Amino acid sequence: MESNKVLDAKGLACPMPIVKTKKAMNELEAGQVLEIHATDKGAKNDLAAWAKSGGHELLQTEEGDVLKFWIKKG
Amino acid sequence: MTVHVLTAKEVTAKIINKEPLFILDVRNENDFSDWKIEGHYFDHLNVPYFDLLDGVEEILEKIPSDKEVLVVCAKEGSSVMVADMLSEAGLIVSYLKGGMKAWSEYLEPVKVGDLKEGGEIYQFVRIGKGCLSYMIISNGEAAIIDATRMADVYINFAKELGVTVKHVFDTHLHADHISGGRVIAEATNAAYWLPPKDAEEVMFDYKALEEGSDVVIGNTTITIQSLYSPGHTIGSTSFIVDDQYLLSGDILFIDSIGRPDLAGMAEDWVGDLRETLYTRYKALSDELIVLPAHFMIIDELNDNGSVAEKLGTLFAENHGLNIKDEAEFRHLVTDNLPPQPNAYQEIRETNMGKVSPDEEKQREMEIGPNRCAIR
Repeated sequence: MESNKVLDAKGLACPMPIVKTKKAMNELEAGQVLEIHATDKGAKNDLAAWAKSGGHELLQTEEGDVLKFWIKKG
Repeated sequence: MTVHVLTAKEVTAKIINKEPLFILDVRNENDFSDWKIEGHYFDHLNVPYFDLLDGVEEILEKIPSDKEVLVVCAKEGSSVMVADMLSEAGLIVSYLKGGMKAWSEYLEPVKVGDLKEGGEIYQFVRIGKGCLSYMIISNGEAAIIDATRMADVYINFAKELGVTVKHVFDTHLHADHISGGRVIAEATNAAYWLPPKDAEEVMFDYKALEEGSDVVIGNTTITIQSLYSPGHTIGSTSFIVDDQYLLSGDILFIDSIGRPDLAGMAEDWVGDLRETLYTRYKALSDELIVLPAHFMIIDELNDNGSVAEKLGTLFAENHGLNIKDEAEFRHLVTDNLPPQPNAYQEIRETNMGKVSPDEEKQREMEIGPNRCAIR
């Protein structure tokens, strides 16, 4: 999936994947897509909930040793 | 101001001592609604940490100043962050060491009682998940029943008491938690017993636990008598220890009864469950003290933290033992069942030795409440 920016949050433990995601998101325009790579399993539910509460759209997730997320800025 | 730390053991003491505590749980709302730390006088506020990244001002007025405050998250990291922010705002707060991960794994050993000739029986209360396991000791020897995944806790406990583990039992093939039985048996050279009807697919050697396969601990002192009691699973077996205690596994709890559906056989096993509860258990002495493999709610804990009640009292008060009509009983235990435990199929396969997930994966599989009962 196409993205405007890729954030590497691999090896980071909670809360850092979301802290970094939030920061990276601030640098994007509405409608742009941020791709996040993380290894913390907790990121899956938290990113989904965070995106929802922040008015962003979680477009796609990919499971595996590295979790990948695509979030469209709202 | 400095942030304090509370361990799972310290929080458990607050539950048992019925102390108040205000818990700020910063996990996401789904995780919180699924499972949280419960105490008689605990209050909760759930605000996900990711809603607090810009500051905690909005929640300050919701946090009481006259109660001890504990910040909780999944693994500790986020609770430390939020606790720091609250501390900077002038509050005195603690965070839970190791988060809900540590909470899920903590075992509180509680002595349930004395057995004859110096024997003792201990209950290990897995307070965060509601699992109960047991160690029976007598004259330098020990038996362990329904051990959790945290095998070291039992092995070290036995070492501290200076007893040798001789027998390890599982009352049935567990679906809600990963058994530590096999690991303990291998580490201590003890015999590992499983009911053969639950063990048809297991990938390792075990001793067949059948009615009458009684075991003696500590040089003919304590007898552990096996009683076939199907219903939760087809192999479910109970134990009568020292003619005093009935270890009921997942068949009978204090305020609920076992569910027959976790192996996909609810319709077939409901008759067994009724027969076990209403005929086999009914024939036992009312004076036996029931020690189940689970508790569901914190109200089931006695004042010393143990979970135990006389069989006669349960026949008088437990709703699941007082349904006269067989059709109604069938309806209760096969329809309107609670959600199934997290990853219960994978947990069963792990307990059969078919899969060997790493520790991190095992933890994740076990997260959440146990959900083995029907009220």
